[in-house]
Amino acid sequence: MSAALGPAGSTSGTAAHAVRLEGISKTFGRRNVLANVSFEVRAGTGFVILGRSGTGKSVTLRHIVGLVRPDRGRVLVDGTDVAHAGTRELSRVRQGIGFLFQNAALFDSITVGENVAFPVRRHTSMAQDEIRARVREKLAAVGLEGEEDKMPGALSGGMRKRAGLARALALDPPLLLVDEPSAGLDPITADEIDSLLLDLKERGGRTLVIVTHNIPSARRLGDELIMLHEGQVVERGSADHFDRSANPIVRAFMSSRHSG
Amino acid sequence: MLDRAAGAVLSFLATVGEAALFALAAARALVVPPFEVRETVRQLYELGFRSAPLIAVSGLAVGVVLSMHTRASLERFGAESMIPAGLAIALVRETGPLTAGLLLSGRIGAGIGAELGAMRVTEQIDALEASAVDAFRYLVVTRVAACMIAVPILTTVMNFSGMLGGFLAERAISGMSLALYFERAFSLIGMSDYIPATAKTIVFGFIIATVSSYLGFNTQSGTAGVGRASTRAVVLSSILIIVSNVLLVRAIFFLFPEVAGR
Repeated sequence: MSAALGPAGSTSGTAAHAVRLEGISKTFGRRNVLANVSFEVRAGTGFVILGRSGTGKSVTLRHIVGLVRPDRGRVLVDGTDVAHAGTRELSRVRQGIGFLFQNAALFDSITVGENVAFPVRRHTSMAQDEIRARVREKLAAVGLEGEEDKMPGALSGGMRKRAGLARALALDPPLLLVDEPSAGLDPITADEIDSLLLDLKERGGRTLVIVTHNIPSARRLGDELIMLHEGQVVERGSADHFDRSANPIVRAFMSSRHSG
Repeated sequence: MLDRAAGAVLSFLATVGEAALFALAAARALVVPPFEVRETVRQLYELGFRSAPLIAVSGLAVGVVLSMHTRASLERFGAESMIPAGLAIALVRETGPLTAGLLLSGRIGAGIGAELGAMRVTEQIDALEASAVDAFRYLVVTRVAACMIAVPILTTVMNFSGMLGGFLAERAISGMSLALYFERAFSLIGMSDYIPATAKTIVFGFIIATVSSYLGFNTQSGTAGVGRASTRAVVLSSILIIVSNVLLVRAIFFLFPEVAGR
């Protein structure tokens, strides 16, 4: 990964765009999920994808890490077209991306510590002691110190999310993709997760792409927001811009009971 | 009505084609590096070693029952001394491999189908891919390799525990010694009986692992889908084992005419 994905001050030729989607379309069966979606994410910023359930938010996020390939269009991550990348190139790009899944997606047959160690073991030649230190460091960063020997099934929803975040950060990726960080959590825990993410962006200089339908969370984390509706981008801009938007879809969404 | 039937046939053919490609990809990945040696060893333990008690106990019971049937048949001709050899031939050539294959399609097939299915619906497979790990090699190829190694070994375990069961039954009835029993048991069987019959279970191992991995890997519809994947894995791999057994026995008779008694 070059500096383009990293903290502000990147000098890459792709300007400071960590991620760029160009005319992405995707159909599952007869269902048109994304239709000509384009946007850019500046390095070191928080980018929020808003929208109602089933509007293609998570599918968009999955395109960025190559879990879904588009029918048409390009997905550029640090200048590499993930949509058409070969196995090795895709693996290299993925090592620079952390992905926090909606339900954390922890590997439930191994301990929390082994989950965090997993990407480190796979992609570095670190010694056992160094890996243990890295695991402790990442778990401490998300407030889970001393929990490495627990099995994922023994954790609460909030703790699972934190453990998932620790695993996503294990390789210190410059780009973090987050799918519904507050889904299934109580407001206080959701707020704590948001604080962790904010800290990663502001102090860690990471680029965040966050899918959510939680407006307070989007206001807090997003330097730039887009709204997806029926597979298309219907609005983009800052949170203030969204507040002033004349688009009825945006207005209805922003004034919903989640708008806090 | 016709449209619906045509659609179902096309969908079935598409699934068969997809499964065949999945199996071909697994077969290719078995011989083309990189290899996931550590995970394969772990799967050998999980799928192979942990199946040993089931196979050993079942083999013992099968041996006892076979011995009783063999005695009932041979007694009529006054050929009780042939019981150990008859039992050994039946076990090594057919009963051992097929019974082990079917038992393992139950234990291993259901396990793989449910585990990979659960990993699919809880996004763990996606998490592996997102961590820059080839989930197909890590989850599927390791299980296929482990099954292809474990099933012949477990078949051998079944053969021996079956013979032991036969001995215990014979001992109880006629008081035959262990040494005499095994001397008679091995008097009519050779490596040409053991090797082809046991080698065919490598194919059984491949069938069990690829069918159940395919169904688990492509699970949809949440936990209900996991249950379906697990059940289908057992049913489909059992059917394929029985059908492939016919073809494999035919191939063995062609390649090793002495096994067919020619």
